Amino acid sequence: MSAAVADSSLMQNSVNAFREQILSAKKNQTPLSIEGGATKNWYGNPNSFAKLSTTTYQGILDYQPEELVITACAGTPLQEIEMALAQRNQILAFEPPHFGDKATFGGAIAAGLAGPARISTGNLRDFVLGARLLDGRGNDLSFGGKVMKNVAGYDISRLLPGSLGTLALLLEASVKVLPKPAASLTLRAMISQAQALKLLNQWAGQPLPLSASAWIGASNSQLEGELNIRLAGAHAAVSSASAMITTAIGASEVSPTVAAQFWQDLREQDLPCFQITDPGQALYRLALPAACPPLQFPESQLNSLVLEWHGQERWWRGPSAPDCFATLKKLALAQGGHATQFKVSNVSTVNTQRFTLLSENPLTAGLTIVQQRLRQAFDPAGVFATGRMA
Amino acid sequence: MNAINPLAEELAITVRQAELVAALKPILPEDQLLWLPEDTIPYECDGLAAYRRMPLAVALPQTEAQVIAILKVCHQLQVPIVPRGSGTGLSGGAMPIAQGLVLSLSKLKKILAIDPFSRTATVQPGVRNLAISEAVAHLNLYYAPDPSSQIACSIGGNVSENSGGVHCLKYGLTLQNILRIRVVLMNGEVVEFGGLAPDAPGLDLLAILIGSEGMLGIVTEVTVKLVPKPQLARVIMASFADIEKGGNAVAAIIAAGIIPAGLEMMDKATTRAVEEFVHAGYDLHAEAILLCESDGTPEEVSEEIARMVAVLEIAGASRIQVSENETERLRFWSGRKNAFPAAGRIAADYYCMDGTIPRRHIATLLRRIKAMEVKYRLGCLNVFHAGDGNMHPLILFNGADVEEWHRAEEFGTDILEACVELGGTITGEHGVGIEKINSMCVQFGEAEREMFWGVKAAFDPDLLLNPDKGIPTLNRCAEYGRMRISGGLLPHPELERF
Repeated sequence: MSAAVADSSLMQNSVNAFREQILSAKKNQTPLSIEGGATKNWYGNPNSFAKLSTTTYQGILDYQPEELVITACAGTPLQEIEMALAQRNQILAFEPPHFGDKATFGGAIAAGLAGPARISTGNLRDFVLGARLLDGRGNDLSFGGKVMKNVAGYDISRLLPGSLGTLALLLEASVKVLPKPAASLTLRAMISQAQALKLLNQWAGQPLPLSASAWIGASNSQLEGELNIRLAGAHAAVSSASAMITTAIGASEVSPTVAAQFWQDLREQDLPCFQITDPGQALYRLALPAACPPLQFPESQLNSLVLEWHGQERWWRGPSAPDCFATLKKLALAQGGHATQFKVSNVSTVNTQRFTLLSENPLTAGLTIVQQRLRQAFDPAGVFATGRMA
Repeated sequence: MNAINPLAEELAITVRQAELVAALKPILPEDQLLWLPEDTIPYECDGLAAYRRMPLAVALPQTEAQVIAILKVCHQLQVPIVPRGSGTGLSGGAMPIAQGLVLSLSKLKKILAIDPFSRTATVQPGVRNLAISEAVAHLNLYYAPDPSSQIACSIGGNVSENSGGVHCLKYGLTLQNILRIRVVLMNGEVVEFGGLAPDAPGLDLLAILIGSEGMLGIVTEVTVKLVPKPQLARVIMASFADIEKGGNAVAAIIAAGIIPAGLEMMDKATTRAVEEFVHAGYDLHAEAILLCESDGTPEEVSEEIARMVAVLEIAGASRIQVSENETERLRFWSGRKNAFPAAGRIAADYYCMDGTIPRRHIATLLRRIKAMEVKYRLGCLNVFHAGDGNMHPLILFNGADVEEWHRAEEFGTDILEACVELGGTITGEHGVGIEKINSMCVQFGEAEREMFWGVKAAFDPDLLLNPDKGIPTLNRCAEYGRMRISGGLLPHPELERF
């Protein structure tokens, strides 16, 4: 018969193999660390459990541009998805970072990370419409669907983003896609951190096509840094906003090619300010409320600092020492935010906790037990209990 | 089901009521605790009036401390709680339980903080949806999700239902517009989900709470995202000579890379019903009317309107009108906004469905509904959020005729099953509540339903929060399966089923 039928039987074979692997892990009580293209193995708490690779399970299952939805297997290369969308002038509006050519669709969802556009379009979870998964008993479950609005049952498919493979094995997901903005333009200006935070948040409260921002400079300093602003939307809106901002801060327009490369390098953390080369160094991520002022970081010397999402996401390079992380967590918590030890130069630091725990904030401490019970519901035997996330 | 002696049951309820009221009296002032039938009768149903029941009592806390105390009492006495906002829900989610307490949050209605710099507002759950936008209008900001009931419905109810509205294709549902909620768990513990900072630690439990229909916790504070008010909005009203063309035009607009601020469709029966009521100047010969709104800066809007007009012309629109001013825009919308009251005017009762389907199947579903009108001998108006495939068939019936109401229910169930079959869902924004609980057996398999129970128990191990709603038990689905096979109407519909 047709190729589609052959494919679907191959796919079923893969699902069966996954189930066997899960059931045998369950029996042997040895957790499985789910892996896609292995591009983000450094992310989250380190572990050395056996891998379950999703790469055998790939392919776009359904893509109807007029439905604004794409459904694909977890092991599908993210590049393949983005190329298919680009052909129809559509995008993953949350701009997931790839961190390597082999990044997969499932890996992007499990990591739950979003790129520069998150501040204007929303996070990855906002775009997830449905998921098919295998739980820790090997049950094949589907939640949500392919439609924009769906309130039947708890929104379980949206629990998977950011769960780092610790809840269930994601087999397939449907995500909402959006048309590529008609026009896009990047402006650049030198400006202080305090001024950047003030203006970006003021502008975000006005009807302007503000798509993304990045301020790159030094921490603990009044010095000016480089502010990059991306405008995206209808031609008319972009050009009038560009004129306003140019006048306000003396910005200049960046050529489209340079701009495209810049936002990609920012998303992929390929810019020099993200590099951690010295042993004992770490890249920290602070997630903060919009109203958070410039922060005083623990180190006295000037370290590089990157502000994204109008200051709601701040990247700082500093020592990977536990006391430094503890200080940053306190600093963020005092502002109503939280900190992550995002990347460390020497990955060998086993048994370290890279995230802020629910128990570290009195307002969320009561959720620790809820989260535990939820994990029990998905995975009673701890097949996915790699401890990779908090 | 075991036979229950009605007298013994009544006595048990009376005893239970006395016990509960005695325990709640020290917590609540007299006017915040109702138990006499004449006081509790307004709470016997929500916006879905066909489903009614009297509660043991109604509590109307004014503070979070009172909410905590009430939950602790109910937890201790093992009395189930049905949370209630403004009671505008359309799925019977706030229908009382005979052995339970209705917890109305309508007195928690303070706006706690408005922060224009962060574009956020923190409010208590009883604050009306529209009141948030009104409170921040002077800042040129607003709260985007706009369910049709926004004048009355509360933000706490919106969180529970993950409410949508006319503008959610572009601006998102409640889910995409809530940053943080403060919740009292059934054991009385206060916790917060989400936060003002992005990507809160741990699993994304906020996503589970939104749309959980009051089954996981009691919301006492909500922080919403505010967005800048567009400078201008204009709407196109396009007529189509057949439904098929109208449905295809919806897909064509999206395929052209346009996300309109609103994209709504009405069929001929609806336009006729509403025209008599609002005199909006609708084309009464059109089989379908499409309303496509654009908002933004004046330049943006004229650019987008021109693009949409071009698409609609190619799609075969027989008549296109563009609003020239705000009065005209509101007039074009008036029929859509008044479709429900108009239905109430031409029939004694109407039953509103809420299935969502992939956009490309809109015409197919409408054709099937036409056939069902004949089968069930009942009329149906179709008015819906075409942009996101969220259908609102309004089945017209006379509630005084019990047999006719059952036919309406069966008609509705058939529509929902057609939605599932077309790759959609039984509810896009109104929730499952008590109304669609049987249809959940069609939409989900046993393993999924069991997982839902696992989620429920993780938050509420004693299953005291709004039990019997939202998620059917395995037994209920088994019985429903047998009933559907025998093809009959519900035998003894007055009986409680699980």
